[in-house]
Amino acid sequence: MDVTMIFSMQNELSLIAVLVIVLLADLILKRPNHKALQNLTCVLMLIHIALNVVPQTVDLFGGMYHSTPMASAVKTILSVGTLLVFMQSGQWLGREDTQHKAGEFYVLTLSTLLGMFFMVSAGSFVMFYVGLELASIPMACLVAFDKYRHHSAEAGAKFILNSMFSSAIMLYGLSFVYGTCGTTYFADLPQLLTGTPLQIMAMVFFFAGLGFKLSLVPFHMWTPDTYQGAPTPVSGYLSVISKGAAAFALMSILLKVFGNMVDNWSLLLSVVIVITITVANLFAILQENLKRFMAYSSISQAGYIMLAVLAGSEQGMSSLVYYIVVYIVANLAVFGVIGAVEQQTGGKVDRDTYNGLYRTNPKLTFVMTLALFSLAGIPPFAGFFSKFFVFASAFHSGYWIVVFLALINTIISLYYYLLIVKAMYITPSDAPVPTFRTPRMMRASLFLCLLGIVLLGICSGVFDWLTDLSVR
Amino acid sequence: MDYTILILVLPMLSFLILALAGMKMSHRVSGLIGTLSLGAVTVLSYLTAFVYFTAERTAEGVHSSMIPLNFEWLPFTNQLHIDMGILLDPISVLMLVVISTVSFMVHIYSFGYMKGEIGFQRYYAFLSLFTFSMLGLVVATNIFQMYVFWELVGVSSYLLIGFYYTKPEAIAASKKAFIVTRFADLGFLIGILIYGYYMKTFTFTPSEEQLMQAGMMLPWALGLMFIGGAGKSAMFPLHIWLPDAMEGPTPVSALIHAATMVVAGVYLVARMFPLFIAYAPQTLHIVAYVGMFTAFYAASVACVQSDIKRVLAFSTISQIGFMMVALGVCTGTNPHDTGLGYMAGMFHLFTHAMFKALLFLGAGCIIHAVHSNEMNTMGGLRKYMPITHITFLIACLAIAGIPPFSGFFSKDEILTACFNFSPFVGWGMTIIAGMTAFYMFRLYYGIFWGKENKELHAEHVPHESPLTMTFPLMFLALVTICAGFIPFGHFVTSNGELYDIHLNWVVAGTSIVVAIAAIALATWMYAREEQPVPAMLARRFSKLHRAAYKRFYMDELWLFVTKKIIFRCVSAPLAWFDRHVIDQFMNFMAWSTNAAGEEVQPLQNGRIQSYTMWFFGGVIVLSIMLLLI
Repeated sequence: MDVTMIFSMQNELSLIAVLVIVLLADLILKRPNHKALQNLTCVLMLIHIALNVVPQTVDLFGGMYHSTPMASAVKTILSVGTLLVFMQSGQWLGREDTQHKAGEFYVLTLSTLLGMFFMVSAGSFVMFYVGLELASIPMACLVAFDKYRHHSAEAGAKFILNSMFSSAIMLYGLSFVYGTCGTTYFADLPQLLTGTPLQIMAMVFFFAGLGFKLSLVPFHMWTPDTYQGAPTPVSGYLSVISKGAAAFALMSILLKVFGNMVDNWSLLLSVVIVITITVANLFAILQENLKRFMAYSSISQAGYIMLAVLAGSEQGMSSLVYYIVVYIVANLAVFGVIGAVEQQTGGKVDRDTYNGLYRTNPKLTFVMTLALFSLAGIPPFAGFFSKFFVFASAFHSGYWIVVFLALINTIISLYYYLLIVKAMYITPSDAPVPTFRTPRMMRASLFLCLLGIVLLGICSGVFDWLTDLSVR
Repeated sequence: MDYTILILVLPMLSFLILALAGMKMSHRVSGLIGTLSLGAVTVLSYLTAFVYFTAERTAEGVHSSMIPLNFEWLPFTNQLHIDMGILLDPISVLMLVVISTVSFMVHIYSFGYMKGEIGFQRYYAFLSLFTFSMLGLVVATNIFQMYVFWELVGVSSYLLIGFYYTKPEAIAASKKAFIVTRFADLGFLIGILIYGYYMKTFTFTPSEEQLMQAGMMLPWALGLMFIGGAGKSAMFPLHIWLPDAMEGPTPVSALIHAATMVVAGVYLVARMFPLFIAYAPQTLHIVAYVGMFTAFYAASVACVQSDIKRVLAFSTISQIGFMMVALGVCTGTNPHDTGLGYMAGMFHLFTHAMFKALLFLGAGCIIHAVHSNEMNTMGGLRKYMPITHITFLIACLAIAGIPPFSGFFSKDEILTACFNFSPFVGWGMTIIAGMTAFYMFRLYYGIFWGKENKELHAEHVPHESPLTMTFPLMFLALVTICAGFIPFGHFVTSNGELYDIHLNWVVAGTSIVVAIAAIALATWMYAREEQPVPAMLARRFSKLHRAAYKRFYMDELWLFVTKKIIFRCVSAPLAWFDRHVIDQFMNFMAWSTNAAGEEVQPLQNGRIQSYTMWFFGGVIVLSIMLLLI
């Protein structure tokens, strides 16, 4: 193999470059350097996104690394989401107890992103596992970033312990795969995986490992505690980027590698989807803490994403990626607002805090409302279309009972999303959060999210582009 | 012809700017934005018309249709997709000219009429929205795009009728207009769906093969579409919303409820005309009879109304009836005999738009001057408002069908077409034309002659309107005088071939005689200060007079059907069922969901060992499930 071939791994290399530059800048820049670092990182991310906007196919290291155009597009999408998170984290990192380690935040986040990049374009289970761990371990540091705060430290501990547990189970499953097939390459596996009992167990174990990342029931128990304890931008990052990567990896591996066992995994998915959405909704209804509430909301959203996996078609693939895009902008808008209010009020994230917010901060309320509408799937916002496409693709593939049950659950989800809208607009409050201005970067990111929520649904071009990629 | 997209983009932009930032602007700036963008649209429309009609005709001697822009918006199946685009053909170009001219005039006029009103910016924003929607409707490349803009037109009409939203009558009128037209649009939508299902396309030119296969479904689809058209164009019995819609500002009535939106139904029939003629001639004749009855009904009601805008509203309904009749009496596409009505109907649409907008704008000046719509507050106004008087008279002569004003030529062509079809329709329409002349001159004398209301006028002297309001009057009057000499048959005919308008002197003579007789009668009855004859007639036929004044109780009939029959017999039981069965079931569901939520809370206990237990348990259970099944 020619050494220069490595340069075709453009996506990963440019991300590594960003990472290294930020790391060095952190060492060189005089402290406090959090503002300069934020600007630098955002600009670098923009360049990185611009460089990789054209999707391409790359096959390297004898099939160890295999990136399809769709995977490449997913990487760009994840980078955009990460950029949005970075834009939202300025105020939090400016806090006195975190500003000296702002650089660490960016570097850690970028390394998890790098891990996800390898995860989505792995060509072998070994590569996949390395990517997964690269995405998980720095994540635990991020969750525990406010380590002197009790909640954050606890969340970090819970995350890393659960993560280890799930990794162990997954590795166990992968060892079955290697044991029965004698290879870990995705290219060779499909014809060897025929659905013997051991392989079924392997598939379930593997699924559980990714189910942990996606927080599907019953692998979701860590989610609420972690989301609640983690710093808000990290919760946002966990809920969209990490989930998006895992969902895409799961779908491509189930289709590509376990393609012969489609009967097995479609049944597995059907059961898990219904349980996930229902249980998450039941829990979400009673949450008063918004971060915890968003954790359950993200669990149920993961259930909807899995509908696209269940469809198992090209249409499903494009619906999945489209759902991820829309989910990123909507969820990050919500987390952005939560973060802004949290910083302003000194850490309040309860729903009561939002009572009467409309009177004092109408613009922020507006963004939040639209984002919640989008999450609930109300037309004409993008969330409606993404749900529609996901449902349609699963329906096309014949899983209409699952789709029906999911549809019923959307009604419940509408109820709890609107509870927040009600608090902001209707519930009176003697002392609403006073009017405040968020930093410029935060406003820009919320504006971008808003733009996405409104435009992604109306401009059919986005979905067409993804459909085109999924066929290629 | 790429610039045609600007015809749609400019009013849309103007709407967005005014709607988003209008409140921060002064009245003058917002009005100028609206008016200037419309001015540009008018120039572009004229340019389009000029370029289109001066282009070479094809070998068959027709102006070929052009599609400067078309893109696929929503694909359903490989064949069936909804497109958005711009279609230029003789009738759409004609409509572009009509809409932009009238809309531009109304924009200028509103400067004076709406001066100082609260919500001036909102008014101009809505005007822009309406113009955008109406232009989008006429250039639609397919029936679905037409439907989308059709509904947008309905919404903007609703917004403009209810412009004075603090007035209860205005709110009621806007709701009535919206609900009635929406109800009719249901027919339109079903028609479109049937059409799309059988034709496998939404374009106006389906393939021969599909047309053959559709059989009887095509006449049904077209008939249902006509119901939608009848709703918008206020055909009997769906006309009830139009008189009430006069609650909106008068320039709006001139634009929407006289010249543009209400002829959308006519335009729809004209648009589907080739299909009507070839595959559903019977349906087309139903259109003719509906139009004829409507024309007669509205003309008779117009004879006794006392509110000048109501008279004009009924006259509009009646004149749209004329256009429908003209389209409906066609039996073929030869523009010289069987398809003459098509040209006549479109010609009348054009001339009517101009003189009816003129009448409404004139009525606006009068209302502006005396602050009332009632005829008894007027009388003798000719001394105070000379320009309004002269232009109003010109419009009355045009609508009455007196040469050389434009209405004469178009009406004559319609009557000729009717006589070609059957003597019954021909004579019927001639009589209705006479009625038109009568009630228009009753209105004219009631306003400008007759007994002056001295008390009222002493208190508040009526005065001529400012130039912003009189300029549109003069412009439209000029168009009304000249438009009859436009060689309309060179532009729009049933199959596109060239046709020279020539008068059929037997028909023309008859109609002139009838019109002059009707005007003489009106002069004899209403021109004097004392009016014994009408009073005597009203007493003698008091029941008939009252019935006509009450519009033959059509509104009451609708209320009876909806309130007494539909609400009481259908809605009330359903509402009961909804409240007691469905709501309770939903409440139960909500309660049980909440209760279940409470129940499961303890599972999330914060202990990591129990979390991993669930995790592991889940893996095992799922594995076993898969292994067993």
